[in-house]
Amino acid sequence: MSTSWFDQAIGLAAGVLLLTSVLLVWKRSLAAAVRSLAVQGVALAALVAVIGIYEGDPQLVAIALLVLALKGFLLPWVLDRSRVRIAAVREETPLLNTTASLLALSLLTMLAYLVSRPFLTLAPGPTSAAVPVGISLVLYGFLILTTRRHAISQLVGFLVLDNGIATVAFLTSGGVPLVVELGASLDVLLVVLILRVLTSRITAEFGAADLDDLMELRD
Amino acid sequence: MNAGALVLVVVQVAVMVVLSPLLVGVMRQVRARMEGRAGAGVLQPWRDLRKLLGKETLQADGTSWVMAAGPVVLLGSSALVCALVPLVGTTTFPLVPDDLFVVVSVLLLGTVALALVGLDAGSAFGGMGSSRHMTIAALVEPTVLVSVYALSIPVGSSALSAIVEARIADPASIASPVSLLALVALSVAVLAETGRMPVDNPSTHLELTMIHEAMVLESSGRDLAWLELGSWLRLGALLGLVGSLLVPWGIAGDVTVPALAVGVLALALKLGVIGAGLAAGEVFLAKLRLFRVPELLAGSFVLAFLAVTASYLVVQG
Repeated sequence: MSTSWFDQAIGLAAGVLLLTSVLLVWKRSLAAAVRSLAVQGVALAALVAVIGIYEGDPQLVAIALLVLALKGFLLPWVLDRSRVRIAAVREETPLLNTTASLLALSLLTMLAYLVSRPFLTLAPGPTSAAVPVGISLVLYGFLILTTRRHAISQLVGFLVLDNGIATVAFLTSGGVPLVVELGASLDVLLVVLILRVLTSRITAEFGAADLDDLMELRD
Repeated sequence: MNAGALVLVVVQVAVMVVLSPLLVGVMRQVRARMEGRAGAGVLQPWRDLRKLLGKETLQADGTSWVMAAGPVVLLGSSALVCALVPLVGTTTFPLVPDDLFVVVSVLLLGTVALALVGLDAGSAFGGMGSSRHMTIAALVEPTVLVSVYALSIPVGSSALSAIVEARIADPASIASPVSLLALVALSVAVLAETGRMPVDNPSTHLELTMIHEAMVLESSGRDLAWLELGSWLRLGALLGLVGSLLVPWGIAGDVTVPALAVGVLALALKLGVIGAGLAAGEVFLAKLRLFRVPELLAGSFVLAFLAVTASYLVVQG
């Protein structure tokens, strides 16, 4: 198990994470967004598994399996069910058009590289070199959350944000204890389930899942 | 070294002048067959050129010298690109490197010449075509620069021949994520730059969405022949560049007769396969709405940009 193998695998997983987030912003079809999110979950699990195998830590491999099951399959499945249920095809009018969002992505990536320079000087190595990818994911998540108004897009943005945080956590600390990861994963699952119920309620109430319809408080 | 480079440049330009009309012919023929038409034959672009060169060059009233100079500048810049890009061999002049930035600026020179030709006659169609052409060029040039820059980081040189040599020496680098991202971005940029299918439909005339054909409407005779040949050379050189980066085998490292012969054969084969594949793909594509084109190009720019960031990731790791 040579170091160059480790470098390549980390680079590949990080590259897939970035690429899927770009596709999430690029494509306006919600089905494509859910598929990209599933691929992103698998890539995150692969990243964790690579770190686990390299460091010979069975606990990390177990966490990788947990991440794979949750982010690669369960959450996309829940999202897809919800998408089919409210019969949403695409995000109709994002607040920022696709071209501007894509250019914003490149700026955010640059920002992520700038702010994560201390990590690189702190501990040079393949894992810290991939930290900017995690920070970019967090920033992309915020971008999706602020510019998309569809309830499912909001969920997707939230999950990208969470993936970014998880990526940074695994890359910098070499993994978190199983209990902590389990707790965080359950939290995310619960939040997604609650938001899904909320989405269904919004759809039932307004006939669409556009958050701009929620303009005033009523009892 | 100098004599070798000179021979190579002459061979490359001569081969490209012969091959690019054939390439266009092959692409049209593949497309015709797949659409159930008989097609005009592979040699038709050459027959067109001969016909145009034999005709009288007419110029509309009120046109200036730009109308006559533009086609020559386009042809010259395209020939220069063919000479600079490592298509047959990687030997270069020591003083005139086939640097990425040189190649892109020469390309841009041809783009501007073509746009000026479109504007000169003052017709509505020409102006519209030129304006669209410049919009797309402004979006494409950064993508070409950034994607080839991503390929140049592992090599440590922005000379195209050095990049191709490094890829021959280390074939594993071709399949790396960085190189794949950059190649996808570069291919989209090349399609847009040469006016191929998702961006412009090369086989339409007098349609409101056309770009390239709108600019050459006012030209005739010899001028039109130069414009067409210049555009075809450009297409050949850019597709050849993608081919050289994707499959660098067969490119001559030194200037000897057998090496050059292998290089020319490999180039013809690569251009034929890429052109036929592109034409076959175009049959299944619909032209993108003009307002969606910036989305496609911004997407390819982001891919190229990510390739640059990812290449720093691997280099530092």
